Amino acid sequence: MHALVFIKQVPDASQVRVNYETGTLIREGVPAILNPFEVHAVEEAVKIRQKFGGKVTILTMGPPQAADALKECLSRGADKGYLLSDRIFAGSDTLATSYALYEGAKKIIELEGEVDFFFAGKQAIDGDTAQTGPGIATRFNVPLVTYLIKLDEINLEEKYVIATRLTEFGQETLKVPIPVFFTVEESLNTLSHSPLPWLIKAAQSKIEILSGENVDLDKNQCGLKNSPTIVKKAFTPEKKQRGATLTGTFDEVVNQAAEKVAPFLNDAL
Amino acid sequence: MSNLKYDVIVVGAGPAGLAAATVLAKAGVKVIVIERGRFAGSKNVMGGVFYSDCMKGIIDDFPGKAPVERHIIDQRIWLLDNNSFVGFNHKNELFNKKPYNCHTVFRAKFDNWFAKQAADAGALIITRTLAKEAIIENNRIVGITTGRPDGDIKADCVIIADGVNSLLAKSLGFRKEIKRESVALAVKEVIGLDEKIINDRFNVKSGEGVTIEVTGSFFNGEAMAFIYTNKKSISLGVGMVVEDLVKNKINPNDLLESFKAHPSVAPLINGGETKEYLAHLIPEGGYKEMPKLIGNGVMVVGDAAMMVDAIHREGSNLAVTSGKLAAETYIEAAKAGDFSKKSLSLYEEKLKESFVMKDLKKYKGVPALLQHNKRLLQQYPKILNNAAFEILNVNGVSKHDKEKLLWKNMKQQIGVSNLIRDLFKLWRNVG
Ligand SMILES: Cc1cc2nc3c(=O)[nH]c(=O)nc-3n(C[C@H](O)[C@H](O)[C@H](O)COP(=O)(O)OP(=O)(O)OC[C@H]3O[C@@H](n4cnc5c(N)ncnc54)[C@H](O)[C@@H]3O)c2cc1C
Repeated sequence: MHALVFIKQVPDASQVRVNYETGTLIREGVPAILNPFEVHAVEEAVKIRQKFGGKVTILTMGPPQAADALKECLSRGADKGYLLSDRIFAGSDTLATSYALYEGAKKIIELEGEVDFFFAGKQAIDGDTAQTGPGIATRFNVPLVTYLIKLDEINLEEKYVIATRLTEFGQETLKVPIPVFFTVEESLNTLSHSPLPWLIKAAQSKIEILSGENVDLDKNQCGLKNSPTIVKKAFTPEKKQRGATLTGTFDEVVNQAAEKVAPFLNDAL
Repeated sequence: MSNLKYDVIVVGAGPAGLAAATVLAKAGVKVIVIERGRFAGSKNVMGGVFYSDCMKGIIDDFPGKAPVERHIIDQRIWLLDNNSFVGFNHKNELFNKKPYNCHTVFRAKFDNWFAKQAADAGALIITRTLAKEAIIENNRIVGITTGRPDGDIKADCVIIADGVNSLLAKSLGFRKEIKRESVALAVKEVIGLDEKIINDRFNVKSGEGVTIEVTGSFFNGEAMAFIYTNKKSISLGVGMVVEDLVKNKINPNDLLESFKAHPSVAPLINGGETKEYLAHLIPEGGYKEMPKLIGNGVMVVGDAAMMVDAIHREGSNLAVTSGKLAAETYIEAAKAGDFSKKSLSLYEEKLKESFVMKDLKKYKGVPALLQHNKRLLQQYPKILNNAAFEILNVNGVSKHDKEKLLWKNMKQQIGVSNLIRDLFKLWRNVG
């Protein structure tokens, strides 16, 4: 079994503030963390390895500091971390990012062998697009299960999984052939406490760096220049006021509600 | 049972622990550092002025690439009253010469950097892991337990550098629960401002910095506050002994807000945006409250050992120095393979010869003096502020009459015998 988890280092959302004038995030001085959804992706991959054997490889694209996020994945039980880092990738949108990660992943397959399970978080908390994972899956042309909340069954011999995902209306349980790409929800699993030897191994291990030169790249698909996404406007949604709570007997509440709503209807009709 | 075995376990990746780990690793000692925070520095707070000198023999060419903010060339002391202050300044071009004497730093960045230096030297830095208890066999410490599965670690020697609340020193019975009058709670805000605005308001160039230490009647003589310049922000905070906070039912946040609103402070931070809010304890008991420093297979360093010189806002440099001395002691002890209390008593000797113990001893009476003589920082600053105003405010009263009036006020408010007593005590304790 080989699982490849795509992770991202993001600013700690609990400490990010919004500049209300420009609608942008103030990231300065905010510590970087492993995207919370991907913590659960790593956990799930490691759980599968503990059951079936094999290995868990991690890939991220980012600046050299992103190595810290990879090390955290190793301390959570992953076997090896790769950092795809090059100026050529700077300013990538989700299209260019999924391209770069796809090429990076192909390199990893070359080095580490075929992948059975691809994992990513359902989205990154600093962008919330939920596009990068599906973008990679599409390029690999493998089945995609987004918003994974449960792996009901894994059958490596017959090469299928039964997986449950969250939809807008409820849940959906699917039987999907392996290799498969999952993007995961936090409710997929509860995090376990890694044994100390894992942390020691992680601290001692080296992160493999892949530069643009190491992977087979079409430069015309990389970086800001080749990122068609245009952010037209960013704004902070106004905080909605909590609705009024009416109390009393049923009749009283209906009367109160009617009185409150009537003026609006008068205006509208 | 795990079989993790190292030469030395350092508990806590603050300045004390990291200094010890770096010195040990550079000498080829197998050292592991256990830190509970998500990364070294993630939970650590100081004002903070970091003194360069203590890094000698630990990091070559400090500060080098270390994340420091501004080097300090102008130090100010304010005795604050409700609408005024009487101040003292020292600005000196000598402080503009390299190597700079001290810099402002952010601990989250600084400790993280320091941990990377220790790791590069060969120390193993393990974060997100709580050290719980010492493992004791045959009356000597042989390791620690951690909050993780398979988490026991063995070692020849444990260096306890887990800060003011030192779980380990307490669990070993080296010290009791810290007394409420021996510990201050400090709250701090980082307020973002343009670099140029800071330069203008504090009358310095980029890179140059100012510190202001504040006390006085504004705080009823019971709090110490500070204002430090960083590159693009100002750190400002206020600390108060926990006993006084409780007794006077003061909320430290309110104290900080009233400080920020003071007419002498508000213009300095006007237009700034709060970027961070932090709180931390400062051990202020000094020499008299120090715990046991050594045992069989164990040494205590830094805040865990109460090594803070509160009136000079020095703590991190005592921490670094004590960490270094503990490391040197281990290296000596390893030659004979003897880590008994007797062998480790070299650490105590080294401390006594260093500025750490000399300063702590010299000012050993200060914490109690300030705690029990509130008028020192309450009435005198008020009288001084009034005096300055009386003398500078030209209103047709002769200087002679003004002086007489001031002296009369002083006699009424303090009394001559108290004045003599206070002067004598001050001279004895800080002179
Ligand atoms: C508001 C404020 C302003 C200050 N200003 C200054 C200043 O301007 N200049 C100055 O020199 N000093 C200043 N100090 C004092 C200075 O911060 C301390 O003296 C110094 O940090 C002590 O270093 P240390 O390594 O002993 O402890 P710490 O820096 O507290 O480090 C202890 C480390 O141990 C970790 N830890 C604790 N318990 C455990 C455990 N059980 N297991 C694992 N890890 C653990 C902590 O997370 C932490 O990283 C200030 C302090 C405060 C609070």
